[in-house]
Amino acid sequence: MSDLIELDGVEKVFEVRRKTGRLRREKREVRAVDGISFRVPRGEMVGYIGPNGAGKSTTIKMLTGILTPSAGRLRVAGLDPSRERTKLAQRIGVVFGQRTTLWWDLPLYDSYKLAHRMYRIPDARFRENLDRCVELLDLASLLDVPVRQLSLGQRMRGDIAAALLHDPDVLYLDEPTIGLDVISKAKVRQFLRDLNAERATTILLTTHDLTDIEQLCKRVMVIDHGRLMYDGALAGLHEAGESERTLVVDLERELPPVQAEGARVVKVEGPRQWLAFPASASAAPLVAHIAQAYPLVDLSVREPDIEAVIARMYDGRPLY
Amino acid sequence: MPHRGNSVAKGRGAGLGSRALVSMAVGGAVVRLYGVVAAGGFRRYTTYRVATAAGVFTNTVFGVIVAYTYIALWDQRPNLGGYDQSQALTYVWISQAMLMTVNLFGGGFADELVERIRTGDIAIDLYRPADLQLWWLSADLGRALFHFLGRGVVPLTFGALFFDLALPTDPLTWLAFLLAVLLGVVVSFALRFLVALSAFWLLDGAGVASLVSIAGLFFSGMLLPLNAFPGLLGEVARALPWSSLLQIPADVLMGRHRGWGLLGAFGFQLGWAAALLGVGRLLQSAAVRRVVVQGG
Repeated sequence: MSDLIELDGVEKVFEVRRKTGRLRREKREVRAVDGISFRVPRGEMVGYIGPNGAGKSTTIKMLTGILTPSAGRLRVAGLDPSRERTKLAQRIGVVFGQRTTLWWDLPLYDSYKLAHRMYRIPDARFRENLDRCVELLDLASLLDVPVRQLSLGQRMRGDIAAALLHDPDVLYLDEPTIGLDVISKAKVRQFLRDLNAERATTILLTTHDLTDIEQLCKRVMVIDHGRLMYDGALAGLHEAGESERTLVVDLERELPPVQAEGARVVKVEGPRQWLAFPASASAAPLVAHIAQAYPLVDLSVREPDIEAVIARMYDGRPLY
Repeated sequence: MPHRGNSVAKGRGAGLGSRALVSMAVGGAVVRLYGVVAAGGFRRYTTYRVATAAGVFTNTVFGVIVAYTYIALWDQRPNLGGYDQSQALTYVWISQAMLMTVNLFGGGFADELVERIRTGDIAIDLYRPADLQLWWLSADLGRALFHFLGRGVVPLTFGALFFDLALPTDPLTWLAFLLAVLLGVVVSFALRFLVALSAFWLLDGAGVASLVSIAGLFFSGMLLPLNAFPGLLGEVARALPWSSLLQIPADVLMGRHRGWGLLGAFGFQLGWAAALLGVGRLLQSAAVRRVVVQGG
């Protein structure tokens, strides 16, 4: 019963009608979500990633109750989202990076007053939560400012606060750091970390920014073509994706590709060469070998690029 | 801190039965929620002060032009539609006051709702624990109140000062007028809500919206009082919902509906409001079902 989100073989099939002739129409099924099962226990922070059109948003919409699944079983906080949407709304918070729930023309505070009434938050609780959000998200000077005048980062922080005033058990974040600068991103991430640590709020995060995942989530789920391709620790993703580190060497002059055991040259640009080697292997013997056999000027090691790992995963094959 | 929530109203009504208490609390919460929405609808327009001032100026100039047109018309056809000249001029200035209040030019919430449907922002509205129709009705009532005060009162006052108008002195007639205006706003909302929801199927509601907007301008009596329309056209025009928007409030203020006739006029408005809101509700649940199952 400690699983706050439960999905068992959830599917969502859309029927798309396409004109094929003057009068003929062809019905075609699109399986946006094709049999997904996972569980998220209370207090976990999970990254949910996948390329555009993979089925992320469809999953989130089903989890909020805006869409009914075509098949399978779905529970959030013990509720059936599409049947008990209004009841569920009291238990969840949703933040869409590309949309706002705030009142565009009105001061930020008005949107919070609205949340106060909409979610029937007891007055004391409302004040306490608002004060907390205002302090941690640095909103004090923005409460009187109309939302349309806020910068993207400010608006995002405002939206996050609006989603949390009613103490939701589950928070869905859809691209919460999209378009934000480095400082705003860091602020948002720090806030989410604190929220998760202090309130045990369960957080499901979709993003294209893998730094979000690296900094926030121990567990990551990768979805593509409506199927779960990977579900496990972030570290395991490297193994699953056979990721590689890169050794960049600067030689004294242009030379033919370096010969070294356990590594292969992937790129040559003048005196600079790039060598790929397994992420699990140590770089030391490789560096020693090259330093001995070649006129080495400088070198650097690049950590495996999680984006590359995932890009490879998106190419198709299931990893487990 | 300048902003804080209202004071707590708790611990009252301890002697009441718990069920009554619960339903009162729920009712109070609903009123508060939509009260906040309506207040927001009002306030968002107050931020555009220059636009409001420009609008008042336009209404007034427009009113003067129409007033002189009507004077010319009534010189040729005295008692057209059963109005004498000062009643006709009163009609002109009431219509200027009502123009924005009942949103005869369209736009307002309907454009916004259509845009939200088109971009998919409507999804946000749907997962909120609030009713879509009530939400937008509240917001539109707030807007209407602002436009009545901000764009209505000044032109009507201007008209009363510079033209010979047939305005009533009985406060009860004014009260009846306010009620007729309120009902007119609700009917206008209900119509535009239907138009906006059509975007769920059409994706672009612009065509339907401009059609309905033109129909509204004509059948509300904005161009000419519906009473001046001859024969069958007049009968039809007076039976359509748009006559609730301007014709009826104007006639109520000029005391042309009295006693049972006044109740009949309110009944007519109420009937259209209930029917149109009812259809809107059906359309809304069909639209929500479509989004929920089809994904929009």
